[in-house]
Amino acid sequence: MASRGGGRGQGRGRGQLTFNTEAVGIGKGDALPPSTLQPSPLFPPLEFYPVPLPSGEEGEYVLALKQELRGAMRQLPYFIRPAVPKRDVERYSDKYQMSGPIDNAIDWNPDWRRLPRELRIRVRKLQKDRSTILVPKRPPKTTEYKEETIQKLETLEKKEEELTSEEDEEKEEEEKEEEEEEEYDEEEHEEETDYIMSYFDNGEDFGGDSDDHMDEAIY
Amino acid sequence: MTQAEIKLCSLLLQEHFGEIVEKIGVHLIRTGSQPIRVIVHDTRTSLDQVKKALCVLIQHNLVIYQVHRRGMVEYEAQCSRVLRMLRYPRYIYTAKTLYNDTGELIVEELLLNGKMTMSALVKKVADRLTETMEDGKTMDYAEVSCTFVRLADTHFVQRCPLVHATENSDPGPPPPAPTLVINEKDMFLVPKLSLIGKGKRRRSSEDDATGEPKAKRPKHTTDNKEPIPDDGIYWQANLDRFHQHFRDQAIVSAVANRMDQTSSEIVRTMLRMSEVTTPSSAPFTQPLSSNEIFRSLPVGYNISKQVLDQYLTLLADDPLEFVGKSGDSGGGMYIINLHKALGSLATASLESVVQERFGSRCARIFRLVLQKKHLEQKQVEDFAMIPAKEAKDMLYKMLSENFISLQEIPKTPDHAPSRTFYLYTVNILSAARMLLHRCYKSIANLIERRQFETKENKRLLEKSQRVEAIIASMQATGAEAAQLQEIEEMITAPERQQLETLKHNVNKLDASEIQVDETIFLLESYIESTMKRQ
Repeated sequence: MASRGGGRGQGRGRGQLTFNTEAVGIGKGDALPPSTLQPSPLFPPLEFYPVPLPSGEEGEYVLALKQELRGAMRQLPYFIRPAVPKRDVERYSDKYQMSGPIDNAIDWNPDWRRLPRELRIRVRKLQKDRSTILVPKRPPKTTEYKEETIQKLETLEKKEEELTSEEDEEKEEEEKEEEEEEEYDEEEHEEETDYIMSYFDNGEDFGGDSDDHMDEAIY
Repeated sequence: MTQAEIKLCSLLLQEHFGEIVEKIGVHLIRTGSQPIRVIVHDTRTSLDQVKKALCVLIQHNLVIYQVHRRGMVEYEAQCSRVLRMLRYPRYIYTAKTLYNDTGELIVEELLLNGKMTMSALVKKVADRLTETMEDGKTMDYAEVSCTFVRLADTHFVQRCPLVHATENSDPGPPPPAPTLVINEKDMFLVPKLSLIGKGKRRRSSEDDATGEPKAKRPKHTTDNKEPIPDDGIYWQANLDRFHQHFRDQAIVSAVANRMDQTSSEIVRTMLRMSEVTTPSSAPFTQPLSSNEIFRSLPVGYNISKQVLDQYLTLLADDPLEFVGKSGDSGGGMYIINLHKALGSLATASLESVVQERFGSRCARIFRLVLQKKHLEQKQVEDFAMIPAKEAKDMLYKMLSENFISLQEIPKTPDHAPSRTFYLYTVNILSAARMLLHRCYKSIANLIERRQFETKENKRLLEKSQRVEAIIASMQATGAEAAQLQEIEEMITAPERQQLETLKHNVNKLDASEIQVDETIFLLESYIESTMKRQ
């Protein structure tokens, strides 16, 4: 009973607030601003124009650095793209084209001693002049010996092409450091052919890379 | 981590490492330490992709791992380290100003690759420098090594923790993940390498050596057989040292703005002398005597001892309290109040934001409340000499944006509103945190807008790239000016205009990001320094 009467002064009733309005400066009878009926606008008009950005040599250089860095990081092997989805029908040209990123291999060679063992994954050898070919494993042939010598000659031939450019030398070093856990050696499964792998170009690359993100121009 | 920080991390990871790494990284930031199976399950990505992403993140020092009981390895992301990616251009530029192009490229390669061995780094930088030099000249490895050693001596690069070498007599199975330890003393120790060689240019096939028949060249060249001498010793950029340098720069330029060039030089000298003696998180530097400072002034500055003493006294008496006097021996012992300096810089940022956002009268009120610490409504009107209605309006605007807060002081125990004092006050720490949060949001907005702008004009950008490629190839094969003109006209004038506008907008957005990052640095340093003192 006593509490019912005592509740009167505790903010109940229309227009009563829990704090003393005079102390914060709203005098009696002062017109309060109209109450808002909608959320505030998404882009409220600016009262004061922002100060111009600092310009000058340093600013320009850092800006250029920033944009270059962005572009450079997209090209590094650390930029991981999802694997190219398999097309509906397996085409003959698939064996001869540059394959895109694949899921079960990493494009750079980390120092595996520093990483937990569970993260170990196959390192893909990327050759600049050759395309890596994803040929499914073939059953061993009976004329394996003859095939091996032919393949050895071909790989030596391909090695000649590689040795002309510096980058491939480095890739060879990568090859030599390859792990024993490699599932299969891609060289051994290449097609026997006299043509250079980049010979086959069916023009499908043109305009076909729209779903990877390399097409933004970096200013 | 706040939502704004997570959003910004997500945008940064996506821009620099792609969608997959972004998904994994953001998941780890949100949920904390997790083993790999849980990551695979929660993010619904394949195990291989998660492995690749984790390798990249660990390589770039964005994720660390720990072995828990039962051999489980858990991965934890470091949100603050991800946010540092905004500052990479600034680090590289600093290296350029201190150690020229060689230093710049060393730091750039380290930041792009996360961690590298010294030999690999020196080779790569030498190759890059050789590319830019004129034909016939090459960059020697020794020069690059020399710059690297200087960077290590001044602590701008540091060693990564090494794999703990377990003894061979350990009979158990190898651990699931190596433990990494680092000895404090060895952190900046450069291994003794004799790197001999010169940078190599990327040769085109024409200038290949014609002598040897290619088929007879051995498959393995001899350099591959040599073991790398500094195998396992990786280096990374020491971001804390860069931050220390930025902080020093900010203090020196503040003194230069407030007083004059000479006093800023004196402060710079004092900071330089305390670089190695004072840890970066100390509230003030070690005391330096006036005689020492006099001896260490840069050679060009010939001010007399008395003038130096006068300057020091002036600096010590300044209300900003950047420099303090801690004793009288040795001609006067002076320290630099790092914590107070950071506080003043953060406060100046707050004042400047209030001024630019609300106007100079609001800024006057803000500075008044800062100075007097606690003021009532009436007192604000009186001291600021602003009519009551306007003062009220301004105070509420700032209150609603949380620059100013209300402090209640009850007169009676029941906190009745009619009998309570309400005082306006500025809590610098919380205002700084609020402003920092806004900065993160604004950078996220800037990045999103920039991505939107580039996406809108994607078709046009592709077209212009193709045209450029065609022109370049035609120039290489020696085409006439008329043909080049024709190709250039493939891009029409309005399209050119559109490209110009796009370029201008993107540049502006990028420059704004860099600017906001500077504010972020100041506020973060202040908050960190305050938290360490508590």
